Amino acid sequence: MGLFLVKAVLFMVIPPLKFNRFLKQVRFIGLQSVVLIFLTGGFTGMVLGFQGFYSLSKFGSDAFLGPMVGLALIKELGPVLAALMVTGRAGSAITAEIGIMRMSEQIDALELMGLNPYRYLVVPNLLAAMICLPLLTAIFDVVGIFGGYLIGGKLLGVGAGTYFGEMANYVEMQDVMEGFYKSLSFGVIIVWVCCFKGYYAGIFTGFGSEGVSKATTQAVVLSSVLILVWDYFMTSILF
Amino acid sequence: MIKIENLYKSFDGNEVFRGISLEIMKGEVLALIGRSGCGKSVLLKHVAGLMKPEKGRVVVDGREMDRAKGRSLTALRDRLGFLFQGGALFDSMNVFENVAFPLKEKTKLSDKRIQTRVLEELENVGLSGSEYKYPSQISGGMVKRAALARALVGDPEIMLFDEPTTGLDPVTGHAIIELIDSCHRRLHFTGIIVTHEISKVFGIVDRVAMLHEGVVWAEGTPSEFSSSKDSVVRAFVGDSGSGEGRFKGGMHEKI
Ligand SMILES: Nc1ncnc2c1ncn2[C@@H]1O[C@H](COP(=O)(O)OP(=O)(O)O)[C@@H](O)[C@H]1O
Ligand SMILES: [Mg+2]
Repeated sequence: MGLFLVKAVLFMVIPPLKFNRFLKQVRFIGLQSVVLIFLTGGFTGMVLGFQGFYSLSKFGSDAFLGPMVGLALIKELGPVLAALMVTGRAGSAITAEIGIMRMSEQIDALELMGLNPYRYLVVPNLLAAMICLPLLTAIFDVVGIFGGYLIGGKLLGVGAGTYFGEMANYVEMQDVMEGFYKSLSFGVIIVWVCCFKGYYAGIFTGFGSEGVSKATTQAVVLSSVLILVWDYFMTSILF
Repeated sequence: MIKIENLYKSFDGNEVFRGISLEIMKGEVLALIGRSGCGKSVLLKHVAGLMKPEKGRVVVDGREMDRAKGRSLTALRDRLGFLFQGGALFDSMNVFENVAFPLKEKTKLSDKRIQTRVLEELENVGLSGSEYKYPSQISGGMVKRAALARALVGDPEIMLFDEPTTGLDPVTGHAIIELIDSCHRRLHFTGIIVTHEISKVFGIVDRVAMLHEGVVWAEGTPSEFSSSKDSVVRAFVGDSGSGEGRFKGGMHEKI
């Protein structure tokens, strides 16, 4: 499995890049996830607004709602939840697509033509995810922060100046970078696991459509677990 | 042209080949028969270098396929066409794009030349008019025709056919066999046809080999096979009409 990632990265840095497939995957992983990210980001922020307000107001420090929501989203919830959403939406589809190509010998056909399957199937996904995940995470964060303001500010009466002002005071560039590194590495994890499971569907899971469905399930579970484990490691290393 | 020497292969404990030896001369067409699951597809994949043997050699035109790597492997494969069992057309491309794909990706031909070549090949297999349909929109027989066109578009010297007629109705199956025969007479490739439907291909092949229990159980001309006394061969060839029914299958393993 490690070798798979090494090869994928290797063929990513060695041209030529299959640009059309790359664009197609950017559209698929990125563009088509935007609505989902908007929804989940918005509601996550709103929940944080409620919970944060009630917890903080117990200590009389509801002025710190802005920093609390902002930091929680930017450092943890944004990257992790966005990555989990993309795993469910795009990762599963990637595994199924590649798995079906494996079962129906389309990957053999590529190889037989002397064409490198990694170049056509893995690299476009990898690059697309590395670009899209940070962007989707940024959308998630921004929408979430406004969602938090909607509840904390409009509904529960924290002033806009307090909410955003305190947030600007407490959220530092380092926090934003932490979120960025996390989302970037989550993108790699998703594509690595999901492509790998699809590519070797049949060998570990048995042949036929059942093999593809098993591979898809395994890919989503493994990728989600790895995201959370890796998140823990990154958090403990970056602090 | 193709020489298989003492091939061994097993998949986690399941010994598929226990010493396969087979030779195919230039321009000759061999029918490869055997029960479903006996390793016919696996053997073709060894010839194409898609799988590596544990022991033994596969020599294609004097070069060892199993040792070839990188550029020399690509060079060998350029001379080889493979008709996969399910066609293996790329789902995301229409028929025209599928057939054009190897030319587009591997040659420096102009778009115009590619188009002429592809349309010509599609006409040869009787698919004119369906160029812009997607694999999911056409029938099994048409998928096989399109896959044949894609395999032939690079003018291969060696053609490997994996169950070209399985899953097709008898009339369509017969048409595909005729098509393979006419392509062979036109292009004179060396070929291996894997099949269950013996009666259909016996008319167009030079020799037959039967895989059984990991070895080449029997080998000979179609007429030698038809008059064979061996019980395993008889069970398969003897009454090929009902043999089809008994040995049908192979479809369940792969989609
Ligand atoms: N990639 C693989 N991994 C593990 N086992 C395989 C693989 N390919 C084929 N097999 C096994 O090898 C045997 C021969 O398969 P195959 O060549 O497809 O049979 P057939 O003669 O029907 O074409 C079967 O038992 C199959 O399960
Ligand atoms: Mg087979």
